[in-house]
Amino acid sequence: MDALPILTIPDPRLKQVSEPVERFDDELRAFVERLELTRRQGPAAVGIAAPQVGRFQRICIVDCSKTRKPVPNHGNLVLINPEITHWEGYEVGREGCLSVPDYTGNVIRATHIRLKAFDPHGEEHEYEMEGYEARAVQHEIDHLDGILFIDRVVSRRTDLFRRKVYR
Amino acid sequence: MNNWYMLTLTGEDRPGIVAKVTRALFEQGMNLGEASMLRLGGNFTIMMMVSGPLDGQALARALGPVADELGLSLHIDPMQGGLHRHLVPNLMVRVNGADRAGIVAKVTGVLADAGFNILDLESDVAGSAQQPVYLMQIAGVAQVPLETLEAALAPLREEGIEVNITPIETLVG
Repeated sequence: MDALPILTIPDPRLKQVSEPVERFDDELRAFVERLELTRRQGPAAVGIAAPQVGRFQRICIVDCSKTRKPVPNHGNLVLINPEITHWEGYEVGREGCLSVPDYTGNVIRATHIRLKAFDPHGEEHEYEMEGYEARAVQHEIDHLDGILFIDRVVSRRTDLFRRKVYR
Repeated sequence: MNNWYMLTLTGEDRPGIVAKVTRALFEQGMNLGEASMLRLGGNFTIMMMVSGPLDGQALARALGPVADELGLSLHIDPMQGGLHRHLVPNLMVRVNGADRAGIVAKVTGVLADAGFNILDLESDVAGSAQQPVYLMQIAGVAQVPLETLEAALAPLREEGIEVNITPIETLVG
């Protein structure tokens, strides 16, 4: 099994909105496995979304269990048709993307989220997450909606302003 | 396309500076690289990498009239280096406190001794003329552990300089 090629900007397909998954079958599970392999081959990616490899379905993987400094996490999560049902707080953090080589920038994300998603067997789960993992999920779900982090980058001056207000 | 020049332009801020300067460059077939442009103390400052058919002298001739028209001082340096040489910061240092002599020199001196490479520094003076507050954010890279830097900065805290240092974990997804 080989890793899949990653679409990179300015590929217009990255702007495409992905469709919900309807069939939870072996083909889907095989794809998820290959998507995971592709994530692992990336330079330390904590997440990957199906549209990044040219499959425009609402599938993504997030795994924050191996960060340099441990963060609260739910292990390796395959999220199918994910839906964020609750947002709280916000925070600036630095992001990069497999689809945006040689660039990183600051992005504001919710610090706490509640999330519903299906697993590859079609079973629905609910998660509550915070911080880095919540950020990763928001970054990946954006991909499913054709949004890249560069569409949300803020300057550090914005960062300062926000923090002053927030604290 | 590897003969990069660093253009520096500064002058009193007004609308249209960026448009006029970059229009002049575009008309000469010049390409822009990385740039930092911001307003400092009511002045607009531009530092911008450019490359293309013009050499330094021709650039000065092409931009001279635009700079004069806008009241900007213009400086051009040939530069080594090029694009795609980013370093990703792993630490953010925030400093704030009463404006005082030497605050920047002290903080950055400690960081430099610890091998901290500053990638980006922004500082500002907030508060009022009577009670200025100095604020600074420094993003950079260091290989030493956070604890080592914390220990090195501790004496500054005793002097009343509020300084905190946090890791930057860049999320790649």
